[in-house]
Amino acid sequence: MPPITRLFIKASLLYLVAAFFVGVILVLRPMYDLPAITAGFSPIYFHLFMVGWVMQLIVGVAYWMFPKWSKTQPRGHDSLALATFWLLNAGLLLRVVAEPAQMVSAWTGWGWLIVASATLQWLAGLAFVANTWPRVKEK
Amino acid sequence: MPRLSVWFVRAALIYLTLGFTFGGLMLANKGVPIHPLIWRLLPSHIEFLLFGWTIQLAFGVAFWILPRWQTQRGNVRPAWAAFLLLNGGIWLVVAGSWFNWPAWTLVSGRLLETAAVAAFAWHAWPRVKPWVEGSP
Ligand code: HEM
Repeated sequence: MPPITRLFIKASLLYLVAAFFVGVILVLRPMYDLPAITAGFSPIYFHLFMVGWVMQLIVGVAYWMFPKWSKTQPRGHDSLALATFWLLNAGLLLRVVAEPAQMVSAWTGWGWLIVASATLQWLAGLAFVANTWPRVKEK
Repeated sequence: MPRLSVWFVRAALIYLTLGFTFGGLMLANKGVPIHPLIWRLLPSHIEFLLFGWTIQLAFGVAFWILPRWQTQRGNVRPAWAAFLLLNGGIWLVVAGSWFNWPAWTLVSGRLLETAAVAAFAWHAWPRVKPWVEGSP
């Protein structure tokens, strides 16, 4: 298994655990007087699961298993794969912090951090598609 | 990768691009309001990423790697039908949500998607079998 795949899969496992942890907080919310910031956890729960776990697992395995790009560059551009990893994780972690924080804090900076998070995740998607598209080919 | 898998996976990558773009726009709009109409993208964001990307990628990869009979993949017609039905269904649901079409477009879209997954299950069912010595 290539090193970048290990990075993706290990990160995805951490998000899986984190998603379930946030899921527990969500079911505790109606029962206990939890801090107001937990009101913004619903989309966080869902995206930790779908972007952090499912998407990242797919990206890691696709990089490893998809048909080779070429003999000299079997997995395409490693720089694009690494960029996908850092952009996706920075973007998602930023969302996890800034989206709920914006609901309880008047600081306008949170809004711009959310914009940054959206941009980083979008770029991660583009980097993955750019590196994967040429590997999807008939044998 | 067989031709149908190429179609499935490339379509999935296109939906991923669209779904991430719409998600990014909605998220940015949540941070710094741009326009309330952006929220109209939510149903297409969900449809594109759950069905267009995730399910379609799974179908493409399954069609490629499930056990075969020597070089044959069995009855491939329902798998091709699944590709057409799934994409037709997705676009019906999405167009309905964008243009406020009547509820029956949503119902028809969902019915097409249901037919798509049933067709794919029909194709894949006999391929879920032990590997046979000497076959791929
Ligand atoms: C595989 C990837 C993804 C899937 C399957 C997915 C799916 C969903 C679903 C089902 C919802 C509705 C959740 C609800 O109503 O509680 C949703 C909402 C949303 N998604 Fe995604 N999403 C994905 C990736 C993304 C990405 C990458 C972004 C941003 C860059 C994003 C931004 C949003 C936003 C802003 C909402 C609305 C949240 C709200 O209600 O306030 N999504 N998504």
